[in-house]
Amino acid sequence: MGLKEVLTRIVVGFATVLKTVTRRPVTIQYPEQQKPMSARFRGRHHLKRYEDGLERCIGCALCAAACPADAIYVEAGENTDEERYSPGERYAKTYEINMLRCIFCGYCEDACPTNAIVLEPIEFPTGYTRESMIYTKEMLLESPPINVPATPQRTPPGKYDRAILPFPPIDESQ
Amino acid sequence: MPVLLEATLKSVVLIFVLLTGFAYLTLTERKVLARLQARIGPNRAGPLGLLQPVADGLKLIFKESITPAGVDKPIYFLAPVLVAVPAIIVFAVIPVGKGPAFQLASEINVGALYIVGVMGVAVYGITLAGWASNNKYAALGGLRASAQVISYELGMGLSIVAVVLMASSASLADIVEAQMPGNILGWFIFRQPVAAAIFAITAMAELARAPFDLVEAEQELTAGFMTEYSGMKFALFFMGEYVKMIAVSALFATFFLGGWSGPFVDQAPILSVVYFTIKVVACLLLMIWTRATLPRMRYDRLMGFGWKVLTPVAIANVIVTAFLIALGVPGYQ
Ligand code: SF4
Ligand code: SF4
Repeated sequence: MGLKEVLTRIVVGFATVLKTVTRRPVTIQYPEQQKPMSARFRGRHHLKRYEDGLERCIGCALCAAACPADAIYVEAGENTDEERYSPGERYAKTYEINMLRCIFCGYCEDACPTNAIVLEPIEFPTGYTRESMIYTKEMLLESPPINVPATPQRTPPGKYDRAILPFPPIDESQ
Repeated sequence: MPVLLEATLKSVVLIFVLLTGFAYLTLTERKVLARLQARIGPNRAGPLGLLQPVADGLKLIFKESITPAGVDKPIYFLAPVLVAVPAIIVFAVIPVGKGPAFQLASEINVGALYIVGVMGVAVYGITLAGWASNNKYAALGGLRASAQVISYELGMGLSIVAVVLMASSASLADIVEAQMPGNILGWFIFRQPVAAAIFAITAMAELARAPFDLVEAEQELTAGFMTEYSGMKFALFFMGEYVKMIAVSALFATFFLGGWSGPFVDQAPILSVVYFTIKVVACLLLMIWTRATLPRMRYDRLMGFGWKVLTPVAIANVIVTAFLIALGVPGYQ
């Protein structure tokens, strides 16, 4: 490389850098400004409730079986009429999703017989430690509708014998 | 006594301006670098991030000042001072404006020599810091720094010799006067382009800034000679570096850009300070721009470039200038 070429390249380099000033910054003001999620992002999991406040999840662990990433851990407990969490015999005593393992495929959503688990693109799971990325039932469960008691509820005997059908009907719009 | 009082007052103002300048130079550098790299840059502390230097300073003050085991204590503590003080006292001889009101000691007849001498002292600070830290990275950084600064000081000194020849005086006040035959072409950057280029390159090397920042090449040497310094001791090094940046820009403006000269300075002497500031800021921005553009040089190339290219060219330039002056070529008498 001759002297002339070296000098030309240096000048071109300086010009290139200067041109960058006219470009919009590629970085953003993070907490206030956020990059839009991909249109295909399904969102994170939420455990839904019925209108009367009972949890939809019946602790069947079908979601855990369907999960390709083995991210869900379900432990079932027994419902009684004095302490009822969900219709039918059983409810999810422990329900954990490891958000670091999850690949957000939505298979759990498809597997669920009661439409209890739903992925919604409301927020993205974030955390500072691995432990904090294991979402517990408390973090996943949505709050009951206004003026409706949370679980466990005391319920009249015989009203919630069936876990799925005929009562209460599944709200397909959810 | 009034002379002493006047000198003290001027010094206090100068130091105040320099320290503020240093603080905002760091912010400017971060901002401008960010813009040159398509980033946003610091803008959280205060409006537009203007309080960022304050936050940085507070942080450094409250940092624990660690003294590693096995350091050579007196030298270890002396080194940051040796770096910071010369950077500031260089300004004593720089005329920042027209007339004695804006000059501290710029009429002393060995101003240029004084500058070369004082700048040389700062190298001791770096070398001693590297040596006293009892750390291999620091020692290597200090070693590199002394080798680099000594070899580039030669080229810098020789480019100043050409300027002194042109002005036939080593006083900075005279050097500025010599660049004012009434038009911009009187500036030494047009009459001594080679010297100006050499001064610009060697100044960057002397400051150990990109592309000559081998002294603190993070990838190889952590932070070089500063590795073992924390808290305010680190802040002193940092200050020394940035004040020296301002000093070198002021020198370039004085030697090659006509110092404080500009239109209407006779009517309003305060304008001269404005012109000088504008020139200094332009040099500083150029330095930041360079840092954003050029990658770091390899160490052997750096030394080779200094000894095999810059020094001979600088010597040739001095000889040619001397001949031109002796022959009385227009523009060189
Ligand atoms: S979204 Fe996919 S990976 Fe994540 S928990 Fe559900 S089934 Fe598992
Ligand atoms: S979320 Fe659905 S599939 Fe998973 S345990 Fe609960 S009811 Fe069964």
